[in-house]
Amino acid sequence: MSGNLQGEIALVTGASRGIGAAIARRLAADGATVIGTATSEAGAAAIGATLAEAGGHGRMLNVTDSAAVDALVGAVAKEFGPVSILVNNAGITRDQLLMRMKEDDWQAILDTNLSSVYRTSKAVMRGMMKAQKGRIISIASVIGLTGNPGQANYAAAKAGIIAFSKSLAREIGSRGITVNVVAPGFIETDMTAQLPPEQRQALLGQIALGRMGQPDDIAQAVAFLASPAAAWITGETLHVNGGMYMP
Amino acid sequence: MSSIEERVKKIVVEQLGVKEDEVTQNASFVDDLGADSLDTVELVMALEEEFECEIPDEEAEKITTVQQAVDYIKAHVKA
Repeated sequence: MSGNLQGEIALVTGASRGIGAAIARRLAADGATVIGTATSEAGAAAIGATLAEAGGHGRMLNVTDSAAVDALVGAVAKEFGPVSILVNNAGITRDQLLMRMKEDDWQAILDTNLSSVYRTSKAVMRGMMKAQKGRIISIASVIGLTGNPGQANYAAAKAGIIAFSKSLAREIGSRGITVNVVAPGFIETDMTAQLPPEQRQALLGQIALGRMGQPDDIAQAVAFLASPAAAWITGETLHVNGGMYMP
Repeated sequence: MSSIEERVKKIVVEQLGVKEDEVTQNASFVDDLGADSLDTVELVMALEEEFECEIPDEEAEKITTVQQAVDYIKAHVKA
């Protein structure tokens, strides 16, 4: 698939590690100019170093800060051109049974995982509407469909991303912009490394393909949705979970 | 420098992809020029950009014809 994103400007949030890093590398390999974001300067510098050869760049961004989102999207437009592919990947967990979940645990997840998608999508929309093309791809989670004890906040935010994307797909489809979601299952990342061994084993038993996913498994799906091959797919959620959940 | 009428007309032509002679004073964006709801939002945003102003939603709703756009700009923007 290499080269099919030539000329595209891709903004990938949360690109310093895990799934986001794999997505940034994949899109850059396919020819896009990739701007990957991290919450710290060190993270942004690391992204820049990793992507330098492929023509990518790292930038610092706090996705809960609307002004910062607008400023970055404006700066990217000025330096590289308007964003034509947005990948909303930044996300965090604050797992806790609801009985013990603090309002702050709830708000932080909604703000970082869901409201951020509103902010970034809104910031790039205008440029995409003018160009009459664009791809907005958000990373949800299988948990947004199945639910999971201890993750009411995370599940709500991830399910919210799916409904948001369906609505936006209907709003801006007439401008040639597609809005889709990739819902990963259990992927080997820093986020899932925190799981206790017995929970890990139980999860593996539910995966038809018998293994945890790799960040690249998700990156390939995102690259497909970003590519010209996916031009007539919008409002869709692609489930990439090794057969753990089949809606 | 072109008049406010000319600048508004130019934006309408660009945003809605219509011919200049269709953009008469009393042409309605939706009924005569085929704009959908997204077009009208884009049109208002383009007007805001051109005239460096902010048009509140409740005012934007009332701008449905070329003349109404011109009137609004004349009343609210210092040329």
